[in-house]
Amino acid sequence: MAIAVRNLTKYYGSEKAVDNISFDVKTGEILGFLGPNGAGKTTTMKIITCYMPPTSGSVEVEGYDIHTQSLEVRRKIGYLPENNPLYLDMNVMEYLEYTGKLHQMNGASLKNRMKEMIDVCGLGSVRYKDIGELSKGYRQRVGLAQAMIHDPDVLILDEPTSGLDPNQIIEIRNLIRQLGRAKTVILSTHILSEVQATCDRVIIINEGVIVADGTLEQLRQEFHGAEVVTVELKLPDAVSANPMTEVYPKLQSIPSVDAVEYTGAENATHRFVVRTAKGVDVRESLFRMCVHEGWVLIELSRKTTSLEEVFHKLTKQEQ
Amino acid sequence: MSRNVQLPRFTNVRTICQKELRSYFNSAVAYVVLVVFLVIIGWVYTNSLFLLNIASLRIFFEWVPSVFLFVVPAITMRLMAEEKKIGTIELLTTKPLEDWEIVLGKFCAAWLLIAIALVPTLLYYLTVALLGNVDHGTVIGGYLGLLLMAGVYVAIGLFASTLTENQIVAFIVAFLIMALLYWFDKILIFVPGFLTSVVEYLGIDYHFSSIARGVIDTRDLVYFLSLLGFSLYLAVVMLERRKW
Repeated sequence: MAIAVRNLTKYYGSEKAVDNISFDVKTGEILGFLGPNGAGKTTTMKIITCYMPPTSGSVEVEGYDIHTQSLEVRRKIGYLPENNPLYLDMNVMEYLEYTGKLHQMNGASLKNRMKEMIDVCGLGSVRYKDIGELSKGYRQRVGLAQAMIHDPDVLILDEPTSGLDPNQIIEIRNLIRQLGRAKTVILSTHILSEVQATCDRVIIINEGVIVADGTLEQLRQEFHGAEVVTVELKLPDAVSANPMTEVYPKLQSIPSVDAVEYTGAENATHRFVVRTAKGVDVRESLFRMCVHEGWVLIELSRKTTSLEEVFHKLTKQEQ
Repeated sequence: MSRNVQLPRFTNVRTICQKELRSYFNSAVAYVVLVVFLVIIGWVYTNSLFLLNIASLRIFFEWVPSVFLFVVPAITMRLMAEEKKIGTIELLTTKPLEDWEIVLGKFCAAWLLIAIALVPTLLYYLTVALLGNVDHGTVIGGYLGLLLMAGVYVAIGLFASTLTENQIVAFIVAFLIMALLYWFDKILIFVPGFLTSVVEYLGIDYHFSSIARGVIDTRDLVYFLSLLGFSLYLAVVMLERRKW
């Protein structure tokens, strides 16, 4: 187990930021830490990286305890803090050299590693520029290069793509995936698509409590509610005049259907939304009914619950 | 954090010290400080040399401490406050370093900068040595006293810089503490008799003048070193405050 978090609780004064959370991260896993702002993601990361201790509970990173073996833990971790703080008056090479030295690297091995990180992170063209002159995308690369300079086993990235434009986001995500191939990664975000794009597993945290933990597929299955099918029908004139009495009851009479909703018409085309219980596929019955009744089926689409909805549900319901 | 005693790994201190010195010289800070320092001191010194016809370093050693009051806080104010303000403190403290190594590295950088600023003043010493008789003992004592005093001031300034993320506040706090120490033995006449020796002992100028006379007394050394150590200790404590 690369990271084992046990019963972590953190109070700021009387305010509880993290409430008794426990989870494991397996070696080589990319874990997405998802939650709205202020959910406790950053606090948890600050504890794992030994920036501050928890009020109670413990964390082990690669078998080292944050309380008693803080230096070893810090040696194992590459950390990109929230908002990616950097020394703006240093150039990229100076900065990487400095962070490498702070990891007790030196000489040829440091030089080689710096070169490698410059290549991997695509910093070649800006290596002698002051960090203050770089765009946000490049700064983020510098932040990642800095976190990776000592080839850590564990990468902790706090909102690595916040504030970037869409192209930069894609670049940074690719970089993270590439860098994270041989590493254990925890990545926090409040953006769901981020997790979908990069992570193997996701933990959703809200108000300091873990509300969901699993792969994306598991979460989708576990938390989605009813199946929703939209049908668009072109009806014969006689029926089209009265969809509510001619069509509606028939749709409702399909055994597995829970509810039907009429959402409007355009000329002779009428739209219905059919809901069934979770895991039931009503599309075949609908099709057969249309054939039987002589309705023309224009559109038939099933909408599965998106992760967006899962996330929304999990993080809103407690308010 | 770790309780087991370790041998100091001064490589970390050196890394931080180098970085801070480099950023002094990369920005204008170092040059401004050097120029301001040398201009003021040079003016005072040449005044005494040419106008008063005194070939002595006494005036120099009298003036430097009060120039320190402004120069040192200007050097130290950014050391911690800036890291806190831009958030790099979080990077620094999550590297495998002890907090005291961070503090000591930054202390050394600022102290070295002051020492560097003092180097050109050796020219005054040379001119005086050429023009007249110099008591070499007092000069050595004077420089030693200046370095010790600068050490104490830098430690205090560093501590002030850990208190806030606002550099102006760090400057003012550092200046006030230094000024208090500096003026302690200048307010003796307002102090009740039984307290005078205590207040006098607290004053930094009292100990400085004693060393600058060429007399190296352990009591003065103890005063400087304990004040220096205590201020650095407070700075470490303040840095660790994030953990409370």
